[in-house]
Amino acid sequence: MAKKSSRDRMKNEVNAGSMADIAFLLLIFFLVTTTIDVDKGITVKLPPWSEDEPDITKLNKRNVYSVLVNAQNQLLVRGELAEIDDLRENAKEFIVNPQRREDLAEKPTKAIISLKNDRGTSYETYLEVYNELKAAYNELWEAESQRLYGVPYSDELPLAYRKEIKGKIPFVLSEAEPTNFGEE
Amino acid sequence: MSKFSKKAGKADPAISTASLPDIIFMLLFFFMVVTVMRESELLVDVKVPEATELQKLQEKSLVNYIYVGKPRPKYQNVYGTSPRIQLNDAFAKGSLEGEIPIFLEKHRTKISEAKRPRITTSLRVDGEVTMGIVQDVKTALRKSNQLKVNYSARARAQQ
Repeated sequence: MAKKSSRDRMKNEVNAGSMADIAFLLLIFFLVTTTIDVDKGITVKLPPWSEDEPDITKLNKRNVYSVLVNAQNQLLVRGELAEIDDLRENAKEFIVNPQRREDLAEKPTKAIISLKNDRGTSYETYLEVYNELKAAYNELWEAESQRLYGVPYSDELPLAYRKEIKGKIPFVLSEAEPTNFGEE
Repeated sequence: MSKFSKKAGKADPAISTASLPDIIFMLLFFFMVVTVMRESELLVDVKVPEATELQKLQEKSLVNYIYVGKPRPKYQNVYGTSPRIQLNDAFAKGSLEGEIPIFLEKHRTKISEAKRPRITTSLRVDGEVTMGIVQDVKTALRKSNQLKVNYSARARAQQ
């Protein structure tokens, strides 16, 4: 009788030693199949495709900020050779035109940025240029938001505020069909 | 004295490992929550460029991925070394104008109609690729009316 009761007590304990191994196996499986990096990037809205030729609208030359990138990844900004590092400040000055210069945009709503690259331009350069132009606008929006509402510009800002800011400084970037001089 | 020594001799010397599974499970749950399933095996080498004006992609299920880059070494004897496009698990073989709409439609059917306008295409393009092939992808996307695009990039360390 005493023996039986002792066996019962033995039965009550399940061996949990292998539990850790099972959990390890699952853990390693998840470690291998998953990626930690979150997806980030520059979101853009492409223009809809149309078969017919776009209307040629005559734009005042002073309102157009043309950026050309060639197959050697060199920049031509408004007819002059430029460096990527200067692009952001230069674009900001063009859009806001604080000194009311004759050759820069009349007002931010009329400013248009025209970007054209070659098929041989490296993607890295293209994205860098795009990033700088986007950064110029982001900085202007930030400044405008601080001036009007005293809060930093972000996606959490009420939609009406964001609309107001974007109405004052609209992001207009037109991309032309790339040239084909330097594709290998 | 004898009583004490007897007890010490009888005690099990092993440390209890009963809580070990709990610890491992905790780690497991942490990884399950934090990570995302790798959606497809990469056939091309992609090292996305760096940028600063980044936005996070919101809903993973609403994103489809197009990879562009040099084929991995083990595929190079078949596909060469010039940049190729990978849709889902395979290289795009035919014309892009034909393959990309099919690829997009396959993804679209899995998503409820209300959410379809929010579908984003993530372009994961290697930095060294030339714009020609990217432009072809963009044109194909525009033709199939998939206009929301995200150029995937890494965060640049602020100076």
